[in-house]
Amino acid sequence: MNITIDVQDINSRVEIQVKGEIDAYTAPKLRETLFPLSEQENISMVVDLSDVSYMDSTGLGVFVGLFKSVRSHNGEFRLVGLSERLRRLFDITGLAEIIDINSDAEGGLK
Amino acid sequence: MNQSYDYIEVKIPAKTDFIGVIRLTLSGIASRLGFSYDEIEDLKIAASEACTNAVQHAYREDDKGEVKIGFGLYEDRLEVMVSDSGKSCNFDEVRQGLGRYENGQNVEFLREGGLGLYLIDTLMDDVKIHQNEGVTVFMTKFLEGEQVEMDAKTLST
Repeated sequence: MNITIDVQDINSRVEIQVKGEIDAYTAPKLRETLFPLSEQENISMVVDLSDVSYMDSTGLGVFVGLFKSVRSHNGEFRLVGLSERLRRLFDITGLAEIIDINSDAEGGLK
Repeated sequence: MNQSYDYIEVKIPAKTDFIGVIRLTLSGIASRLGFSYDEIEDLKIAASEACTNAVQHAYREDDKGEVKIGFGLYEDRLEVMVSDSGKSCNFDEVRQGLGRYENGQNVEFLREGGLGLYLIDTLMDDVKIHQNEGVTVFMTKFLEGEQVEMDAKTLST
């Protein structure tokens, strides 16, 4: 019942691997770790969620915040490796139409 | 609709640390009742959202306090009650920030919170919110298989 965040920062491309559960307890750690990275200009941020076993609205809130921050610094933000469950969460909240969660085919992390 | 039911109650300190414990408890109870994997995941999200609200809104100032979670186990449904006995917050106000995101919304104005109640509403079959001393969220999920089974019984007679 915890979270691991692995960050690989290669030039202006940041790849992040999140493992575990994202809820009200772990979301602050996720936000604190990723937010400073999102403030670099022209960054390309890719977050791999294939090992996220649980997520709720607190996680969605973090990703909306990151997405906004990256965009306001002219960057690109993508989520990859979503399970059917996570995909459903983005679908029912309408976020699937706003945040890019479908680019696995064009070269996700794995 | 006065059916007998089993009742399980858990109290956690009003800290986010223990919301995961409620999910584990709920998983056990829901699988005992025969809910499917997807239904259990829906229940976990709905209950976590209610606990998160209870922990974050009711105890914003002092973190002493408890959140009480009650589970009513029926043959055909599970009722989950999440209640904080602390200060109440105005759920109508919270509700106004509710709802899914619409495509075309300006990125700058995307909300970063307020989805919790929307998810509870969407994932559960019935949701009631009571406000007296504190706030109590009362939500119900029916066993889908049960409904089918009952239909089958009716057909065979």
